[in-house]
Amino acid sequence: MNQFQYVRATKSQGAIDAVAKDPQAKFIAGGTNLVDLMKRGIMTPQKLVDINRLPLAKIERQDNGLRLGALALNSTVANDALVRQHQPLLALALNAGASPQLRNMATVGGNMLQRTRCSYFYDLTMPCNKREPGTGCGALEGINRMHAIFGASDKCIAVHPSDMSVALVALDATVLVSGSKGDRRIAFADFHRLPGDTPEKDTNLEAGELITAVDIPDGPFTKHVHYQKVRERASYAFALVSTAAALDLDGNTIKAARLAMGGVAHKPWRLTAAEQSLVGQPATEASFRRAAEVAMQGAKAFKHNAYKLKLGPNTIVQALRTAAAA
Amino acid sequence: MKAQQKQIGAPMNRVDGHLKVTGAAKYSAEYELPGLAYAVLVGSTITKGRLTSIDAKAAERAPGVLAVITHYNSPKVPGYDTAGKDPSQPATVGGPIKLFNDDKIRFNDQPIAVVVADTLERARYAARLVKAQYAKEAHQTNLEDNKPQAFLPTSAKKNPKSPMADYQRGQADAYKTGAIKIEGEYVIPTEVHHPMELQSITAHWEAPDRLTLYDKTQGTLATRRDFAKEWGLPEANVKVIATFVGGAFGNALHSWPHESAAIIAAKVVNRPVKLMLTREQMFTMVGYRPYTWQKLGMSATPDGKITAITHESIGQTSTYEEFTESTLAQTRMMYASPNLTTRYRLAALDIGSPIWMRGPGEATGAFALESAMDEMAHLLNLDPLEFRLRNYTDTDPEKNRPWSTKFLKECYKLGADRIGWNKRKLKPGSIRDGEWLVGYGMGVGTFGAHRGGAHASAQLRPDGTVLMQCATTDIGPGTGTAMTQIAADTLGIAPEKITFELGHSDYPQAGTQGGSSTVNSVGPAVQQACLALKDKLRELAGAQNPAFASAKKDDVALGDKHLSLSSNTAARVPYADLLKQAGAASVTVEAKPGNEGQQYSMYSFSVHFAEVRVHELTGEVRVSKLVSCADAGTIINEKTAANQMKGGAVGGIGMALMEHARIDDRFGRYVTKDLADYHVPVHADAPNIEVAFVNQPDLKVNALGTKGIGEIATIGVAPAIANAVFNATGKRVRELPITPDKLV
Ligand SMILES: Cc1cc2nc3c(=O)[nH]c(=O)nc-3n(C[C@H](O)[C@H](O)[C@H](O)COP(=O)(O)OP(=O)(O)OC[C@H]3O[C@@H](n4cnc5c(N)ncnc54)[C@H](O)[C@@H]3O)c2cc1C
Ligand code: SF4
Repeated sequence: MNQFQYVRATKSQGAIDAVAKDPQAKFIAGGTNLVDLMKRGIMTPQKLVDINRLPLAKIERQDNGLRLGALALNSTVANDALVRQHQPLLALALNAGASPQLRNMATVGGNMLQRTRCSYFYDLTMPCNKREPGTGCGALEGINRMHAIFGASDKCIAVHPSDMSVALVALDATVLVSGSKGDRRIAFADFHRLPGDTPEKDTNLEAGELITAVDIPDGPFTKHVHYQKVRERASYAFALVSTAAALDLDGNTIKAARLAMGGVAHKPWRLTAAEQSLVGQPATEASFRRAAEVAMQGAKAFKHNAYKLKLGPNTIVQALRTAAAA
Repeated sequence: MKAQQKQIGAPMNRVDGHLKVTGAAKYSAEYELPGLAYAVLVGSTITKGRLTSIDAKAAERAPGVLAVITHYNSPKVPGYDTAGKDPSQPATVGGPIKLFNDDKIRFNDQPIAVVVADTLERARYAARLVKAQYAKEAHQTNLEDNKPQAFLPTSAKKNPKSPMADYQRGQADAYKTGAIKIEGEYVIPTEVHHPMELQSITAHWEAPDRLTLYDKTQGTLATRRDFAKEWGLPEANVKVIATFVGGAFGNALHSWPHESAAIIAAKVVNRPVKLMLTREQMFTMVGYRPYTWQKLGMSATPDGKITAITHESIGQTSTYEEFTESTLAQTRMMYASPNLTTRYRLAALDIGSPIWMRGPGEATGAFALESAMDEMAHLLNLDPLEFRLRNYTDTDPEKNRPWSTKFLKECYKLGADRIGWNKRKLKPGSIRDGEWLVGYGMGVGTFGAHRGGAHASAQLRPDGTVLMQCATTDIGPGTGTAMTQIAADTLGIAPEKITFELGHSDYPQAGTQGGSSTVNSVGPAVQQACLALKDKLRELAGAQNPAFASAKKDDVALGDKHLSLSSNTAARVPYADLLKQAGAASVTVEAKPGNEGQQYSMYSFSVHFAEVRVHELTGEVRVSKLVSCADAGTIINEKTAANQMKGGAVGGIGMALMEHARIDDRFGRYVTKDLADYHVPVHADAPNIEVAFVNQPDLKVNALGTKGIGEIATIGVAPAIANAVFNATGKRVRELPITPDKLV
């Protein structure tokens, strides 16, 4: 690990100033992603601004919704009574991620900003446009079984690894950020980016901007929800493909639906057209299958990830089935 | 505990369990010697070629750095001139790389420098500052591409009787003309041992010609031999200490570059040096189960008698060592096929050398053989257990001689009952549990009941306790515990009175812990040392009390404070008196196998039954029940033996469902670099594993009747699971691991 300076912030403004002024500075929350990346020399901040003492860990009711402080721990959020009552889908997604030990350290803000698990990104000797723009994409012609089937570019085909974010994008969450130019709200769907020509940028967060909270509006999705994560072992593995599904049912008729996928794109992948196709339909296997077909339009596979073209829709069907039966 | 209580077979707790769970057990990286320095390796970033320069200036100037050693400035290692020529290393032809001896790069991440500093953090930081230039050459890291260049191993070329040589009985490739036949290609990808404890060593030159190594090794004496030779020292000048080993699975059966590096570094800085590999380095330089391609053809009669089998395999090795393993051994002796052909080949790739991984070649070969057995049973519309019974052999068809013992049928029965084999349906895809397709499968394993010579010592102390020593190691099975039980029964004293010390090259000699041979070999030495001790005590006591002089050998009884006779408890000599006169009472004995191995075929056998659930939409596989039954001779400790079986079964689940080390051949580098990418089973992947032992002694192997457990615990598990997946889904996966992408 390189040498770095460490400061502990006690006020949000101080933290923002410290990072906004110094391009080599980074916030650190749970550290479960950043420290790993620093140990491997993939991220080399010269200053760490510890934000754990900032008063941003609350989970509270707010204007017909829930507000999650950016420093609320993944495990706290997953076990929170308000979250379980109003947004059970989020609790399911969180518990599908990482391990209990990691969830006890990981924060809401850090989870959103965790970086891709692409193996080429992790190896300093291999080409990777995300790590080192202009060096090429190692995965494009390499081993890409974990990679994207939606929204990739020829510069980067990585996927975003967060489970929590898949639920948040489905639930129409909003990210609250504070920066040196003031506060702003970013729709969760606009928070992460597609790679395009600048895969080094994972999100639309500006340098020095601090995530303070995530707002989730109340909705009817308190019962028929499911997070289906398909992985290569029973627990503690990143998703091959995942689906967050939420249904509002009137008898067996779907009044409203929310669907998003993980493990398929550079950002949590909301499936709006598939949601639309479900509205007014009976909650049956046939409707789910149709929605899954709609969802997969435009999907494109690379050498090793063609299985996702089949696993993707199957996972959607399974998520919807389970949500409907919940 | 009563002295006369029988310990052999009892589920005694581990003698070192408390030390391990409290952290008091000391592993090789936990020796804080005065002046200790820390070493970190720098690896090559190319796969093949030459080093043209190394810029170590920045690293040398970094704070705390004591030395940066490369082939440019490394001291001459005296043994390099003669290394690799020793025929006593049966594992390989060729030899380990001679570290820092030349500019040649033979595999990616080959150590090109070692950085030594006063703290680990400083060494790690400086290691990143070392910059190398290379002249690259084209490399080969893909076995499939290199199958046409596969060759017969040198050992087989030199000796047509070698187990690696081509084998034939009856007619060659007779299956091809069979009316009912199957043929398939099977692939096992590279798997990495990944014991919990990383490879580590602390090297200390106690004098310019005296070396002490605290090392993670499965063989204290093998390590001593290798490094004594490397440094041109008498073996007596090298001490190897491995009191505790945090798992190894074969990973520590060989001497590796990081050990050489630590020893060189300690020489250069003239301080003890500690070196522990990173998880990433565990992939590249300390062995792995080699990627192996296999092809198996089989023919049978309509009533289920196998008529012919041909089994071929090509395993991966490195360019500098020929690593071989017994991939085809099980096929030659397991079923009564009159015609049988095996061909074993190697392909040399620009990757570090492989090394045996639990169940080694046999586990790889059993995947093909036992899958094929299932395929043939399916073709014949026969129950796979019935098919195996129809081809059961009561003598060894390979060597044409009797088995020492074989209770495989008994294992079949035990296992079939426990898994509920009668629930299995012949037609795949017949059983459902909601969205899950349920299937049952079985796989058989066998491994030679190997026994080597071993020494052990026993010493009576004045307080009536007994100290025993042996150079063997314990990589986790509970060797010290089993030996304590054997000693307790032989001496007739409580196990609490016995201290069994192991893992030190100065102790009486014993072989490396590997190949399921430790209890078979060391057990008899312990038993005989205890008998010899009793006799010696009788003799000593005889000088003080004539009742002892005329007593029978096995009449001696070790009481709390005195020696007496079972037949005459009034005859007593206090230990204090006994030892005062004689000074000490200690014996060292050697126990060697006789020639039973030439008269009988000696094997352990196992069968594994799996119940799996495969999700109809996602293709996820869950092993919902696993039953492992073994004919492993006498079971010394029911608890640790079952523990070993369960651990081996979990390894088999990993092999079947998830373990896969992947290389990007363009770069020759692993893309799986940590335990987030390289999956091993987590608790949720392991069902309740039921274990049953036949527990019948095999007195041809040794007087204890043991046959060995370690390997058969894993061999046959992967095909049992693959066969169950077929039974659940109708999909036959011949390329492991069975991940969801292969089933959706
Ligand atoms: C072995 C392993 C397995 C895992 N498996 C999964 C999995 O299955 N699913 C899953 O979703 N995740 C998984 N994770 C990832 C884990 O969820 C993340 O590491 C964690 O959520 C990151 O949170 P943190 O608070 O520790 O972030 P940190 O490591 O502290 O920070 C991450 C990044 O966010 C920035 N940051 C943090 N907080 C803020 C803020 N408030 N404002 C602005 N920037 C901020 C930091 O500067 C840094 O760049 C796994 C991790 C590991 C190590
Ligand atoms: S997919 Fe993206 S992260 Fe992976 S190598 Fe290509 S550019 Fe780098």
